[in-house]
Amino acid sequence: MNALPWTLYTAFAGALLVLFTGARSAALARGIALATAVTGLVLALFAAASFVPGPGMQTLVDIPWVESLGIHYHLAADGISLTLVVLTGLAATAGVLFSWNIEERAGEFFALYLALIGGVYGVFLSADAFLFFVFYEIAIVPKYFLIANWGSTRREYGAMKLALYSFAGSALVLAGLLWTYAAGGAHGFALGELARAASTLPRGEVIVIFALVFFGFATLAGLFPLHTWAPTGHVAAPTAASMLLAGVVMKLGAYGCLRVALPLFPEGFLYWQPIIGWLAVIGIVYAGLIALVQDDFKFVIGYSSVSHMGFVMLGLAAANARAVSGAVLQMFSHGVIAGLLFAVVGRMVYDRTHTRQLADLQRMPLHRLLPFAAVTFVLAGIASMGLPGFSGFPAELTILVGTWASSRVWALVAAFGVLVAAAFTLRAIQLAFFGSTGDSAPAEHGADAHPLAPISLPEKLGAGLLLATSVLIGLKPDLLLDWINPALQSPLFQAVIRKGTP
Amino acid sequence: MNSLYADLFHAAAPETVLVVSALLVLGFDLVVGRHRTLAQRLVLATFLGGLGVLAALAFDLAVGATGPVFGGALVLDPLAVAVRGGVLILVLLTLGVASAAPVSRQPAEFVALILFATVGFLQMAAAQQLLLGFLALELASLSLYVLAGYDKARPESAEAALKYFLLGAVSAAFLLFGFSLLYGLTGSIAFPEISHALAYQPMSPLLAVALVMVLVAFGFKAAAAPFHLWAPDAYQGAPTASAALIASASKLAGFALFWRLLWSGLGTVAGQFTYHQSYPGWLTIVALLSAASMLLGNFAALAQHNVRRLLAYSAIAHAGALLLGLIGAGQSGPGPLFYYAATYGVATAGAFGVLAVLERHGPAQELTDLAGLYKRSPLLAGCLFIFVLSLAGIPPLAGFFGKFAVFASALQLGGVASPAGWLALLAIALSAVALYYYLLILKQALVARPTAAATPVKVPAVAALTLIVAAALIVLLGLFPSVLLSLV
Repeated sequence: MNALPWTLYTAFAGALLVLFTGARSAALARGIALATAVTGLVLALFAAASFVPGPGMQTLVDIPWVESLGIHYHLAADGISLTLVVLTGLAATAGVLFSWNIEERAGEFFALYLALIGGVYGVFLSADAFLFFVFYEIAIVPKYFLIANWGSTRREYGAMKLALYSFAGSALVLAGLLWTYAAGGAHGFALGELARAASTLPRGEVIVIFALVFFGFATLAGLFPLHTWAPTGHVAAPTAASMLLAGVVMKLGAYGCLRVALPLFPEGFLYWQPIIGWLAVIGIVYAGLIALVQDDFKFVIGYSSVSHMGFVMLGLAAANARAVSGAVLQMFSHGVIAGLLFAVVGRMVYDRTHTRQLADLQRMPLHRLLPFAAVTFVLAGIASMGLPGFSGFPAELTILVGTWASSRVWALVAAFGVLVAAAFTLRAIQLAFFGSTGDSAPAEHGADAHPLAPISLPEKLGAGLLLATSVLIGLKPDLLLDWINPALQSPLFQAVIRKGTP
Repeated sequence: MNSLYADLFHAAAPETVLVVSALLVLGFDLVVGRHRTLAQRLVLATFLGGLGVLAALAFDLAVGATGPVFGGALVLDPLAVAVRGGVLILVLLTLGVASAAPVSRQPAEFVALILFATVGFLQMAAAQQLLLGFLALELASLSLYVLAGYDKARPESAEAALKYFLLGAVSAAFLLFGFSLLYGLTGSIAFPEISHALAYQPMSPLLAVALVMVLVAFGFKAAAAPFHLWAPDAYQGAPTASAALIASASKLAGFALFWRLLWSGLGTVAGQFTYHQSYPGWLTIVALLSAASMLLGNFAALAQHNVRRLLAYSAIAHAGALLLGLIGAGQSGPGPLFYYAATYGVATAGAFGVLAVLERHGPAQELTDLAGLYKRSPLLAGCLFIFVLSLAGIPPLAGFFGKFAVFASALQLGGVASPAGWLALLAIALSAVALYYYLLILKQALVARPTAAATPVKVPAVAALTLIVAAALIVLLGLFPSVLLSLV
């Protein structure tokens, strides 16, 4: 367990190292970035091996930081954080593998990339709300530069929109936390201490504060109608950045809701529960229907991310032990699958064909030109639709079963969302990869004139890593659920789970 | 009486050192500089000036917090020592900026004027008496007016100086008028006695007039809306080093002086304004100034395409946050206010430092002049990245913790039931607006491609050292905020 803090130290150290060495050679920068990311993953798995599941967060480091305000540098972990730390390690490693072709300003690219990863590790391991917030904001700035500099379609617009949405959301969170701290007379920013301070406040104030903190975090989680940054941001981002955005950054928002908003303000949650639940199911169906009519391949995946994150938010809204554990499982599962989908669209297809328009892709026999990409995408699509054998199945099933106990209407509407997801995924597979047979149509798009580069080894490794993870969790979800369920027994979570369950 | 003068001389050792070194700078230039180029004379003058500032810093720390001096005209409390130290470090950074900026004429006089202004700043930090405070403020201001107009060949510089001087003179008149009313009402010019005398007086129209007069002058010095009109022109037209000094050390010293005046002198008529009860006092006016500055500064900055004007409007917005810190300082002490003002000064001085170096290779006015900075000089781009993000309040840089501490102190006054709480929430909301224009600067510097005419920028060693020190200060103070907070 004591290895966990080193995940974030290695990420930041790697970022600095790569910044100063990257100017010399892009290959060196790639090597260092990959080494850093793999080290993070190994550290997380090593820590997981010695992890004993239990309620409450197990302290890793606890040093007074700003004593006059009672702020501590307090890192801790429970099964939920561990799950997400492992996910971050996986996504980081795969992301580096899929950005092997970055040549321009590679040092800066990987430095920003690793700084983002470091911030994400930090958020998942923080047990002090101030520290949590610091890492949360550290993760925002690199996204802007990654997208604005190395992105594609309307990248400056997408980057700015994403940065402003994230920052506005975090401003709401900051306002809520400071309000609780000051009005509740808290002596520090430890989560338990803030929960105690919040419990002394009148109900009306708690309801407002909960809304600030929850919707602040939910902005980053892509909750309808605060999700509009997500598709444009995902589409504009370079492949590795959209893998991280969908894979772990959106999870930051959901994790913030789960770790901070819900346990600190159970009364406020009770008031907002129906609204959150409805917003989540609307998001699932609405984003799914939008994805069904997109012309741009990447927009399909972008909206599908919003739709799948809706399941996470629905699990949180249902607020019983099963639904919440399903939500955490879905965070993990979607992180892996969305990363894979973006990798296929952004790296394997777009970097070779230079188009993402489904109409253009339809004219190319991609299943022949890029068979590996086609197989990967079909498998990832199946996983994304939630078919058994892949991680999406246990995750969405757990959420739906859990939600059924809280509200049958939500569960039914969300189940309809699963059908919509199947529809848009199949449509994307059909149009992009199996649009033409390649026999009859003359290869006007230049399959012969400009043969597409074969899928490289790093891409195969990255895809294999993510697919294997999805299958492993699909076959044996208990690996993660055995970590997650005990964590939900902690008093902070029980406060909201008891109240939230009808 | 003799021991009193000895005490005064002891307490004013940093000021004495500065005056002597200013004279030395002038004398050396007269003797040695005649046959040398402007650039060489500038290096010599800034080097000597820098040594003087370092010596003053050593004296400041050696004297330490000895308490009231000279019958209470000055007070050397921990805040005074800390602010003097902060001012001296900011002046050192400004000298580093000055060493890089191109000079038009008489570099020794420029440096000497900076040192004279610094004497004024140091006295402002410690003054505990109306007259001494006014003298210190005017000594600093008059030096700054001349510094702002130092490039007299450039019409913009002359315009900046004239605007700054005319508005400054009017505000000085307001301040003096307010002070004379305060003296008339209380019969004293010493802050503690004024406070004592006011405690037994009801709020009278005359007192209200006096308070408004004082705050108008304060609003001008702090560049708070609606008294901010000089700031964009001064920042744009003044020589870069002068602008850096106006934006950094002058702000810190000004807030220290007015913190002392308002809380230890006029604290008994601060008034109170919470949701439940309110009675009149100067807090209401400061809160209005704060809200106006934050709104105007942040929204006007959105429309700027000149970097310096953008920094000026950002300074106005930051003045609003500092005023909020001033309100909060009544209960939580001056720690957050000092931290905010000092770290803001470092970041702004650093940003102007980057502009100063750029100016050697062409104009550094429009946002687009920064295009492709990452290619022209990675060092400058990296430092600008840190300074601007600190201004935007991104952790773990110092600007974030300054905001956090100030907002926390304001919210602790009465939660959200008090206007200070509303102001804190407003400030938090506006920080998201501010990120937009700060990112516009960084977009040019780090994302936009360089123009065809742009050449690589060579950073002189002294300027490079200055910028690296400033950037390191921003990062380290952000990671270890207790270092500064525990000083006061």
